[in-house]
Amino acid sequence: MKENLSREEFLKGIWRDNPVFAQVLGMCPMLAVTNSAINAVAMGMATFFVLVGSSFLVSTFRHLIPKQVRISCFIIIIATFVTIADYTLLALVPKVHKELGAFIPLIVANCLILGRQEAFASRYPTKLAVMDALGMASGFLLALFSLGAVREILGDGALFGFNLFGANFEPWVIMILPPGGFLTLGVILLFFNWFKTKKDEFLEDVAAAQRSEG
Amino acid sequence: MNAPAATANPSSLRLVLTLAIAGLLSGIAIIGIYETTLPTITANKARELREAVLKVLPGVTQMQALVHRDGELVVVAEPAKDEPVIYGGHDAQGEFVGYAVPAAGPGFQDTIALLYGYRPGDREVVGMEILESRETPGLGDKIYKDADFVAEFSALRVDPEIVAVKKGTKTGPNQVDAITGATISAKAVVRIINEAHTEWSERLPAPGSEPMLEAPDSPVDEGAQ
Repeated sequence: MKENLSREEFLKGIWRDNPVFAQVLGMCPMLAVTNSAINAVAMGMATFFVLVGSSFLVSTFRHLIPKQVRISCFIIIIATFVTIADYTLLALVPKVHKELGAFIPLIVANCLILGRQEAFASRYPTKLAVMDALGMASGFLLALFSLGAVREILGDGALFGFNLFGANFEPWVIMILPPGGFLTLGVILLFFNWFKTKKDEFLEDVAAAQRSEG
Repeated sequence: MNAPAATANPSSLRLVLTLAIAGLLSGIAIIGIYETTLPTITANKARELREAVLKVLPGVTQMQALVHRDGELVVVAEPAKDEPVIYGGHDAQGEFVGYAVPAAGPGFQDTIALLYGYRPGDREVVGMEILESRETPGLGDKIYKDADFVAEFSALRVDPEIVAVKKGTKTGPNQVDAITGATISAKAVVRIINEAHTEWSERLPAPGSEPMLEAPDSPVDEGAQ
């Protein structure tokens, strides 16, 4: 039972409650840094680290943090993890760090992270909180990667910097410009909601069929 | 769930203490990561600069930092903060080749920072490398992605000044073919180099009397290729 519970907390972030496609949170980094797959993945990994670390700490110390100053405490914790991620990226992958620029410090202001602390980590035991954070962060990483990959393939004819189509490909430059982010996100959200509607209809049909049989 | 009745109204002291402790721990963590990563970050920056200098000054294998103090160029190991610095490039025999000059100025979107190689003997720019820019992807970023444009700066006269002309209409040795669709970025690069050149040309010594290479053939020469 308990196993199922934590698995459920993990899986919900990837699909049903995907932070980007279902909750539409964290749009600022989502649109800004997904102009190439590598940037998107680096941003996703940094957010992953910050979210999981913060959820772990917030959940562990949830009884010690007075609720009047909880938001300040969450922000201190998140900002510390962001600074660690910032310096680590700068030391390990300076090129990617340069591309992401101001958006790494801005992870502090990502509403997805603060939202999970307030809505989940500060109310549930550590294990569930970490599972929830792992799921949400994976969902966010996945969403960033799908956007980054689509935009890089269409806008640059490459994936992770490897040329896919050869010299004759005419890049669709607008896809790596800001409008491309909105277009791609819109199309993906459309698909996501269409799929959800279809699934609900299908489940209703099944239920109706069962009722008529019974 | 996290606020039982007893702690519903904690004293101000407790609130202050909680935040103070959180801030203290956070500070310690940040100092820790800063101290751990600083050597790598400094080394990365030094390597990047070195690679850029070797790129803009073909034939150079050794470099030294130069600053302008009291009317002459002096060799420094560590330039003071905010002091304009250029780099003297020397070949494997220690002969002076040219200067690598860092320069920056407004581009289309944000500041463009670049480094250019200058040979005072020929009065020519011999190489240009963009260090930092936020120009439009696909258009303005051709100032460093378009190999043809970068190659324009490999033998470029600085007299009377460098001029960016419409692509395909280049006639003189001081002219640069601009990039179609990115004229502003291309012109910005030219303007930045012109401004830096005007600023530095009076500070440079006469050709032939450049500062000698101090500490020649430093053993840390892994970028020589």
